[in-house]
Amino acid sequence: MRHDFIDRYSRLESPVHALDPRAKAIALFAVIIACVTTPANVWWPYAIYAALVLIIANASRLPFSYLLTRMLVVAPFILVVAVCVPFMHGTGPTYDLGVFSVTQGGLLVLWNVAAKALISVSCLILLSSTTEFADLMHGFERLHVPQFFTTVAAFMYRYIFIIIDEAERMKRARDSRNFRGRWLWHIKVIGHMVASLFLRSQERAERVYQAMSARGFDGSFPRWKETHMHAPDWAFMGIVTATALAGRLVVLWK
Amino acid sequence: MIPFAREYAISVTDLEYSYPDGTKALRGVDLKIRRNETVAIMGPNGAGKSTLALHFNGILTGSSGKVEVMGIEVNKKNMRKVRDIVGLVFQDPDDQLFSPTVREDVAFGPLNQRRSPERVDHDVSRALAWEGMEGSEQRSPHNMSFGEKKRISVATVLAMDPEVLVMDEPVANMDPRGRRAFLELIKVLEGTKIIVTHDLGMARELCDRVVLMDKGLVVADGRPAATLSDEVLLEKHGLI
Repeated sequence: MRHDFIDRYSRLESPVHALDPRAKAIALFAVIIACVTTPANVWWPYAIYAALVLIIANASRLPFSYLLTRMLVVAPFILVVAVCVPFMHGTGPTYDLGVFSVTQGGLLVLWNVAAKALISVSCLILLSSTTEFADLMHGFERLHVPQFFTTVAAFMYRYIFIIIDEAERMKRARDSRNFRGRWLWHIKVIGHMVASLFLRSQERAERVYQAMSARGFDGSFPRWKETHMHAPDWAFMGIVTATALAGRLVVLWK
Repeated sequence: MIPFAREYAISVTDLEYSYPDGTKALRGVDLKIRRNETVAIMGPNGAGKSTLALHFNGILTGSSGKVEVMGIEVNKKNMRKVRDIVGLVFQDPDDQLFSPTVREDVAFGPLNQRRSPERVDHDVSRALAWEGMEGSEQRSPHNMSFGEKKRISVATVLAMDPEVLVMDEPVANMDPRGRRAFLELIKVLEGTKIIVTHDLGMARELCDRVVLMDKGLVVADGRPAATLSDEVLLEKHGLI
């Protein structure tokens, strides 16, 4: 079975793809931090952040349809906030919409959540779609993220699809014996499936560890090669970080 | 004449092993494998073949008995040396290949042997070329076919230059063409080769010797031509 990987567009060729993962990570996290700490009542810094995201997205040659679909993951959260807006008693004038009314304060909360969520998520999508997962993890390691976290993430990325495949095979075997899983008492069957999936994963972990030990693994991962940041990497990191911080700081001074 | 210990690649004496749940997997195995021999270990499911293979480089250590590799006893103190000598290829390539890219996986063993980065680069390309997988350094194992993963698995071990190569079911689930290519590859490899398998054809074609196991014991040991034509024996131990 073939799966859709989070880094499926990471092998395109573009100026953004060619950058050092560290430069991309620092620059995009700077945009996220600037964005989420900006007060909601000024709108123009958000325009700066959004412009940065759009410029990078355009330079990365990722299909826009792909970016938009991936951004849908935040839709439920925004929707929940939107549903709550009529019940918020914020400050400012009230707008009557027939059945219910909304306050300006309520709308401000909605705008705030939507703008911050969309910009932050698109930064993360850009980072993960323009960098191969392995390079991203090595980049994080060189930024002194503890090896424990990067290793766990790398294992997860390697094995999640194998576990999904296993679940899929179990489901097929079950369905081909006419199981439909509609009734409450079917929950027992599903429970058994989850349990055996867990056991299989645990056994696999054991075998993977044995295979690693057989090749001389003694608990610490060997480091390989260091790469160096070049002029374009520094330039990208500097310009993006500076622009995002400028947007944030000007608000502070006002 | 009794040969010197170093003439044996692997020497197993009265090895017993029980799984944590109490099941006896090995009940006193004696086995000596000479250097540069190619040996098939055969037997029905649950005979203890894979369990025995895991003892060859100390992944499992028996409750009693002794395993020696090139005259070195397999114990905690010698583990690093033993694992440099004995390379073990696991049955499921998804167990063997755990890294995000092929290159990292093939480099994993040599790096654990504390080789220099330049040497490791060389080892990786050499092992991949050997398996006909050159140019796949940057690919991810999870996008590969079963046969490709299997070849990479062998490359991860060959990169460490083992003197003894142990393979657990190397051609199980392979298509006929993959199996044929694999046999050709093993034929030209030098060194001691131990193959755990159900494949009678492969044992006949590749091996100097067939060791037949059943219920945790070695029940027959001899040339493939003799052992594998003894239908009564094969029938008795579930191989035909």
